Amino acid sequence: MTHFFSVLGIWLGALFTFAIFSFLYKDNPFYKIAEQIFVGLSAGYWFVYTIFFILMPNLFNPLLQDFAVNWIKLIPAVLGILMLLRLIPSIDWVSRFPIALVIGTTSGIFFLRYLKSDVINQLTATIMNPFQGADWVTVVGQILLIIGTLTGVIYFYFSKKHEGAFGVTAKIGIYFLMVSFGAAFGYTAMARISLLIGRLQFLLGDWLGIINP
Amino acid sequence: MATVKRKQLDRRWLFLFLFVGVALPLIFVIGLPIETSENARMVYDLVETTPPGSKVILSFDYDPGSKPELHPMATAVMKHCFDRDIKVIVTALWPMGVQMAEEIFSDIHDEYPNVKYGRDYVNLGFKAGGIVTIQSMGKQFREVFPEDMNGTSIDELPIMDGMKNFDNLSFVCSFSAGDPGIKQWVQVTHDKFNRPVTGGVTGVSAPAILPYVNAQQQLIGLLAGLKAAAEYELLSKSPGTATSGMDAQSIAHLIIIIFIVIGNINFWRDKKAEKRGE
Repeated sequence: MTHFFSVLGIWLGALFTFAIFSFLYKDNPFYKIAEQIFVGLSAGYWFVYTIFFILMPNLFNPLLQDFAVNWIKLIPAVLGILMLLRLIPSIDWVSRFPIALVIGTTSGIFFLRYLKSDVINQLTATIMNPFQGADWVTVVGQILLIIGTLTGVIYFYFSKKHEGAFGVTAKIGIYFLMVSFGAAFGYTAMARISLLIGRLQFLLGDWLGIINP
Repeated sequence: MATVKRKQLDRRWLFLFLFVGVALPLIFVIGLPIETSENARMVYDLVETTPPGSKVILSFDYDPGSKPELHPMATAVMKHCFDRDIKVIVTALWPMGVQMAEEIFSDIHDEYPNVKYGRDYVNLGFKAGGIVTIQSMGKQFREVFPEDMNGTSIDELPIMDGMKNFDNLSFVCSFSAGDPGIKQWVQVTHDKFNRPVTGGVTGVSAPAILPYVNAQQQLIGLLAGLKAAAEYELLSKSPGTATSGMDAQSIAHLIIIIFIVIGNINFWRDKKAEKRGE
């Protein structure tokens, strides 16, 4: 029986893959069916997952097992319910309180962490002697890192007109930005092709058995 | 002035070319060479220099949508850890990450019959909360994960003996498809608790994460996309699906480059014809 469901799963996977790929030719009912089944399944899966793997272990079970110790969990539970009041137009204003709390807490945590990780540590990493390195490739890389950082930041300084020496520096910054956009495009193309490879490995391996998956 | 526009190629031809260009090298393997990058080598060296018996966290922060890119590298790193007798503690900041880790463990378990659940490997399951959860793990690990994914108390699992906070870990390795993921591990585990962090990301998110591989060692190496997964398989001498997909990846990139060149030549010829007033 397990084997039967395994084979059925592979066949369904293959058919849904073709249904989704068929959109590349043109929109059609097979694509629409596959898309809607995916959306419905995802919503159902998340609903069940939220109840069984988030609410039950973090709220219901602790409250039922030892209420005296875990009663404090009622506070986030009530805040969660208040958030849902947004669905009732006459009292939707109540939901602003839990939302305000979430935004305030998140801002506080993120401000500290981002300031340390994305500003201070990143800046510190560019403060170096660029001529210290094991080989000339490292040295050139470090020089480019410093020039790229400085010119890139100058490009985003808009309180002075980009002309003269300042304009040339900003222009160099644009070239560095273009290179980074190119790298980002290259990585994105690689990622998309990787997904196609993954699907074809499934079709040719698991489904047709032509290749070793 | 008249505008000259050459007939555009129906983009469905490009899709067909790419489909065939990816499928054929998967069937008829070419075996194009794979060069290893410094970033992949740094990840490999970190695992290689970790003493046997050490504890590490492998965090599975992805779902099936990113499986083709992240699954091969996660498999390679987990196998490398088992080869080195490193104790693997699995966590997940994404709900489906739990199943991803279980799939890998069940796939490779036959190769490592001595690896025992609870002693050498444990899956603690998913925890919601992202960065807040990681911060709590750094202070009181046992309160965040009082039991494993099967509901077994961690007090009954030998691998969790003495595990109080991040001080008891050698490193954290996150396989990350977005937020929460490797960025949060860096922000908390390295930048707050000063423990080494490494990992792998999808190609799309690589440019945003690569700056953390810097002189401050916020990240120790990074596996970016399927190519880096193939590099890691090569370094750890365990070829898998990433290695077999590299021929297809190279041919697909060649097709894309050829079409970009053809498109630019056509654009240039259109411009020239436009100037001549044809």
